[in-house]
Amino acid sequence: METESVLERVFKAGHLAVTSECGPPRGALPDKIREKAEVLRGHVDAVNVTDNQTAMVRMSSLTACIVIRQMGLHPILQMVTRDRNRLALQSDLLGAYAFDINTMLCLSGDHPHFGDHPMAANVYDLDSMQLIQTVRTMRDKGTFQGGEAIGNPPKMFIGAAANPFADPFELRVRRLAKKATAGADFIQTQCIYNLDKFEKWMEGVRRRRLHENLFIMAGITPLKSAGMARYMQKKVPGMDVPDELVKRLAALPKDNQADEGITIAVEAIERLKKVEGVHGFHIMAIEWEHKVPEIVRRAGLYPRPAV
Amino acid sequence: MITAERKPIQEIINFVSPYKNLLLVGCNECVTVCSAGGRKEVALLSSALQVAFMKSGRVINIRELTLERQCDPEYVEQLVPVIDSVDAVLSLACGCGVQEIARRFKDKMVFPGVNTKFMGASERPGVWAERCQGCGDCLLGVTGGICPIARCSKRLQNGPCGGSSNGKCEISPDVDCVWQLIWDRLKALGLEDRYEAILPAKDWRSGRGGGPRKIVREDLM
Repeated sequence: METESVLERVFKAGHLAVTSECGPPRGALPDKIREKAEVLRGHVDAVNVTDNQTAMVRMSSLTACIVIRQMGLHPILQMVTRDRNRLALQSDLLGAYAFDINTMLCLSGDHPHFGDHPMAANVYDLDSMQLIQTVRTMRDKGTFQGGEAIGNPPKMFIGAAANPFADPFELRVRRLAKKATAGADFIQTQCIYNLDKFEKWMEGVRRRRLHENLFIMAGITPLKSAGMARYMQKKVPGMDVPDELVKRLAALPKDNQADEGITIAVEAIERLKKVEGVHGFHIMAIEWEHKVPEIVRRAGLYPRPAV
Repeated sequence: MITAERKPIQEIINFVSPYKNLLLVGCNECVTVCSAGGRKEVALLSSALQVAFMKSGRVINIRELTLERQCDPEYVEQLVPVIDSVDAVLSLACGCGVQEIARRFKDKMVFPGVNTKFMGASERPGVWAERCQGCGDCLLGVTGGICPIARCSKRLQNGPCGGSSNGKCEISPDVDCVWQLIWDRLKALGLEDRYEAILPAKDWRSGRGGGPRKIVREDLM
């Protein structure tokens, strides 16, 4: 084991791992975090905590991670390079590790253009690739990005994101290869609706044998309604929602669409379990966390292994 | 070139309204090329100000001049014969020109008539686009001659991010995804494998991270 991360242990014991996510609240409301995380207890191996997602100000990811860790659960600290430079990112990693947080995810983050502070300066001192390199150097060499030694270096299990549906498609496997070279240990993908395209991407991943060095978690987001499916299809950059899914939901009365959305998610997991190189599922039920246990159970991923 | 856009007329009027005798100075370099602060724009702005002042029953005397290069002390010196006859200066040069006037004429207020925008190139008549952020350590040799620092919305040196769609950036369909452009160019040059070299964390000291910059060439001193 490289780290004390539970997620690493689950992967290395050969299980399909399950993660979900908690978005921190837009206020100093620790109980909101506790509520959302408590629902997930026993049904996931670790919980991603988003970092000012969609460029909206929220309680800091690090603080929310500490709250979750103190509940005895295992948070995954998401870090975007949009808001903080390399000094701030590294100091937060020291803080996280001091609170027994040992799993993190390196992201560039949504552009401020999308959030509630479009007037903010975007930092981007590092990009996600360089953040991966930085965290890897801190762990394996025990030094800061600037080269000086760290006292008790944080041993992070390092995650990164991949979006098989963004353009240009032919670069998507190459970019994953760069993340592997930079030092990522595991990958969580963008929400998958177009399963054929995802499987095609995975073929490319296997051709480069990247799945042998990276634990790849397939991203699953249940659709609540035909309206949400249409919104994801038309408005969310880098999202690929096939028309047939929208039609399948739209054909049902409104009251039945949410259940059908859960069924679609479970079917996707069942199909992707058979794809060589898929090591687990990252279930992002946005403001719908209480549905995660049902999805995990129906997809045959319950109980979670004790490792 | 350095590009600029004229400020809104009301902002300019607010600047100059306390003054009776104004020197309006254009520049014959970049701001002339991007039609923001050359001889023609000086004349147009002068007329607009005269009209605006007349409407409010006031008079303003405007002296018009366009220098060869307002960022160069040698040319700014040409203002010496007229500077004492005016109360303030309105400059249509980029920020470099405005500051050169402020440096040379310590007791004269100077106002910018344009907003200096970026270092860019002309894409087609009437359209200019950013090309360079002057990071001080040029990457173009490894990115196929296309700059991700200036042209990626997140200045990603290892893009594209997950928001690239049909060659466009997630922030707007009017913005090209520069990493799509870089990839297309590397492919056209047969240099696809270059893409997989990771650009390491950049040393921003050569850019603004190191504080205000200066070039010193002893061979020219």
